[in-house]
Amino acid sequence: MKPISAYFEELRTTRAWRSVFRSGPGGTRLHSALVVQQNIFLHLFATKARKRVMSFRATWYLGALSFGTFLILVVTGVLLMLYYHPSAPQAYADMKDLQFVVSSGVFLRNLHRWSAHAMVFLVFAHMFKVFYRGAYRPPREFNWVIGVILLLTTLLLSYTGYLLPWDQLAYWAVTVGSNIASAVPLFGQDIRYLLLGGHQVNANALLRFYVLHCVVLPIAAVLLIAVHFWRIRKDGGLYVPEAAAGENTLAPAGAAAEDAGAATRGGTP
Amino acid sequence: MSDEPKPYVAGLNSDVRKAPVRVAFITRRTSAAVRVTDEERMMTHPGVFFRILVAIELLTITLTWLALLFDAPLEQLADPMHTPNPAKAPWYFLGLQELLHYFPPVVAGVLIPGLVVLALIVIPYFNVNVEGGGLFLSERARRVTIFAGMAGALCVFFVVFDVWVALAPTLVIALFMALAARQAAKGATDGLAAKPLSFWIMTWFLAELVVLTAVGTFFRGPGWSWVLPWKEY
Repeated sequence: MKPISAYFEELRTTRAWRSVFRSGPGGTRLHSALVVQQNIFLHLFATKARKRVMSFRATWYLGALSFGTFLILVVTGVLLMLYYHPSAPQAYADMKDLQFVVSSGVFLRNLHRWSAHAMVFLVFAHMFKVFYRGAYRPPREFNWVIGVILLLTTLLLSYTGYLLPWDQLAYWAVTVGSNIASAVPLFGQDIRYLLLGGHQVNANALLRFYVLHCVVLPIAAVLLIAVHFWRIRKDGGLYVPEAAAGENTLAPAGAAAEDAGAATRGGTP
Repeated sequence: MSDEPKPYVAGLNSDVRKAPVRVAFITRRTSAAVRVTDEERMMTHPGVFFRILVAIELLTITLTWLALLFDAPLEQLADPMHTPNPAKAPWYFLGLQELLHYFPPVVAGVLIPGLVVLALIVIPYFNVNVEGGGLFLSERARRVTIFAGMAGALCVFFVVFDVWVALAPTLVIALFMALAARQAAKGATDGLAAKPLSFWIMTWFLAELVVLTAVGTFFRGPGWSWVLPWKEY
């Protein structure tokens, strides 16, 4: 009896499969590279990565984990949208339905909420980790800027989602936050009005936050994440400090000694 | 048509956009020896994808357990007539809300977060200290004076505005900076002494962020008064 992988290999040689996946069958290194390079989504990434950057202690995988929370949030978010009306007070009734009527409704809402908190935390952690290992420095400076914008997008996503349950917690948290917006000199009241669609948090605000939370901000996040990933490849892969590559470096003895000196003087951990 | 062969013209194409020329400058104290930079690599497919997949799977399992064990909060229906005390923003804004307690909204709500975002964006564009040299490894006496002065001014500012919560992390970071200066004076070139200025600024920001957020989340009760998190109010 053939192993299952053999069936899979056979499938990959079929005309239908090859019409979808441009890379074709085969298990060579060239083929592994083509799988990444010939796919519109995967070609955001380089075909190879330095082994050292893939060790856990290099990055703690915080970027990957942030992206993971985003994926969970998209899946659970779409499912929650099936049971949600962005109108007051129906939104609150929908929360009660999720709690008592919808199968696994409580689990769905729990997973969405805890993932949202985890995403804010992980994105912050990712930023500090990138800073402390010095990965923001040129030529990666623009990817750092995109990262800062993604942090703000994450905060806005979380903040707009906070209002949607339409309970006391949501209502007053957003009231506190939107009052801060009105402190902006000159345009404060206008910004607040634009955000809320009124002079206080009301049904219009709920609809606006819903549109921002479910359409505008997720699209912005997806586009920015794509650029963020693509720039990793364009900027020469994830950063790892040069000093740790000592054993792989061929250099004249004098220069090596100088390098070692430089590493101890200016090393960012 | 002449029978003579066409004269061969050898010329230098000076249009760099069509024929880029690579010029290497061999600077002082380096030789032309090639530094081998091709270190061990791993194929993105399947190696890297597999690792990412495992990381995301572990994350999903953890979050699933959290979702099974702890329920998301749901309070009473939103009621504009009934303000809870205290009314708190989401946890990641509680550092800012804590600052609102001390400063006018235009400072705590607009100026400070605006400056923080601006500072974060310009970090990689500051080429003041590309090598990341330790702050106290050169011009030590002058720098100790400058940073002691700055830390002192910041502390006085916090005392004047009664911002004890922000004062504590500042004092701790200033203490560690003094320690770094002392180690540098003793001749140390690693550890704290090797930390550049950017490290100290970011660490101070991180300490303030964590302390202010934690205080806003756990230690603030009715009327934004100081409470202990394990006591009911």
